[in-house]
Amino acid sequence: MSHVSVRGLWKEYPGQVVLERVDLDIPSGEFCALVGPSGCGKTTFLRMLLGQERPTRGAILLDGRPLEAEPGPDRGVVFQRYSVFPHLTVLENVILGREFEGSRFLGRLFGARRKAAEEEAKEILAAVGLGDHLRKYPAELSGGMQQRLAIAQALILKPKILLLDEPFGALDAGTKAQMYELLLRLWSDRKMTVFMVTHDLKEGFTLATRVLAFDKLRVDPTDPGAYGARITYDLLLTGKTAVQERLAASGGHSRETEDRLGTLVANY
Amino acid sequence: MRRIINRRPGRGGIVFWGALPFLGAAALYAVASALRLAENPNDKLLPPLSAMAAAVTRIAFTPDARTGDYLMWADTVASLHRLGLGLGVATAAALVIGIAMGLIPYVRAGLSPFVAILSMVPPMAVLPVLFIVFGLDELSKVVLIVVGVTPFLIRDLAMRTGELPAEQIVKAQTLGGSTWQIVLRVVLPQMLPRLVDAVRLSLGPAWLFLISAEAIAATEGLGYRIFLVRRYLAMDVILPYVAWITLLAFVSDYLLRLFNARCFPWLKAGKGSA
Repeated sequence: MSHVSVRGLWKEYPGQVVLERVDLDIPSGEFCALVGPSGCGKTTFLRMLLGQERPTRGAILLDGRPLEAEPGPDRGVVFQRYSVFPHLTVLENVILGREFEGSRFLGRLFGARRKAAEEEAKEILAAVGLGDHLRKYPAELSGGMQQRLAIAQALILKPKILLLDEPFGALDAGTKAQMYELLLRLWSDRKMTVFMVTHDLKEGFTLATRVLAFDKLRVDPTDPGAYGARITYDLLLTGKTAVQERLAASGGHSRETEDRLGTLVANY
Repeated sequence: MRRIINRRPGRGGIVFWGALPFLGAAALYAVASALRLAENPNDKLLPPLSAMAAAVTRIAFTPDARTGDYLMWADTVASLHRLGLGLGVATAAALVIGIAMGLIPYVRAGLSPFVAILSMVPPMAVLPVLFIVFGLDELSKVVLIVVGVTPFLIRDLAMRTGELPAEQIVKAQTLGGSTWQIVLRVVLPQMLPRLVDAVRLSLGPAWLFLISAEAIAATEGLGYRIFLVRRYLAMDVILPYVAWITLLAFVSDYLLRLFNARCFPWLKAGKGSA
């Protein structure tokens, strides 16, 4: 279970309000896309979910308990860049989570336990399509492969929540489509709650079961930092299965999603 | 006619152009030496190659009449021992303090102003203090190298550690890593090659401090010897010694570079193909 609720969340930096009065309830297993103009606090919100930053006021609860104030193994993360360790091979990158877990002092597994971790990692790597590149270093992989690796690495500890910060921002269109399929497959297999920051509205509507739009409702032209952004739209998209089906027939979906975006926004 | 910025030497060209300055310098010396010797056969300033070879034979391959040592080898062992000890201690200290400063905000807050000031103290200015405190024998020379090199290594390593992408450190935490595990598995392996590079850069200063300390107070060592024979204008000994020290420094630099390439294959990964 991974029910996320946000209660009266504020985030302020000196002289600037980033987010104000954010209230949210996300049931377990939802795929949320956080969209909005740049600088509207969607990444800040993700960082607070991650525990990298703390709210100024309010709280984030995970299954009713306040979120730990630092990153931990219950929340996996994939950033746009630098999410993998350049000095470890693909396989080593993925078993690292198990090694941290199983060896407190050395952070390294040996013998049978290492074998077991490697087998588990190989399974995940095969699932993300990196089964043939186990001994390579990240620098030898393409951008899309590096992001697959980052996802595989985040999944080995079976996090309740997967946080994605513009994970496909640096990829080309063809690679993106492959990554969408992969991500949806993993999400439906593993029943995680996913939060994905994206500046690409279409991407958000393609993938998510729920789109959260961040924007500033009030703007003081003489003091741009006076008011923060809120969640202006909380769009619950139709049944997840429907979305998945659309994606199964991937390629032709872009037009449909655009249409849907149109009607949804019109309804509001 | 293509622009000169677009014209590159071939394989042989690189060897030729690289060798040219060496040959030029050697030729210049030979001519100048010959001219001076023609004027005064006893000239000591620019000895001929034969005189230098004779001096090396005397000092490196004949036992010393008084002590029975082969002077040049005894000097080399003494100097390298001091240098190795000094650099070793400095490297170990820098590794611990540098990574702690780069990664742990409280350590950075506590130490970085102090280290910044400390690195501005001219090491040669504290040499008298070292002689007074640690005496005139081995320890003070080793300490001079440590004092001279450590602040640079610490600051370099702290900066490199700070430059590690924050994403990596956050990612490691989401994989359940404790501070210690993150240091051991994420930071340290990526910092070792940087540290080796920093040590390579500090080889020059380390030799400088070593020779200075030996020149002032020692009974053996490469620096001691050249300053001793300076009294007799023994250029035939000094020049081979300088060449020998240069060779030692060059070889140690080369070995460290080789160490990096051998032990950290990920450094080169992806660079060749891309």
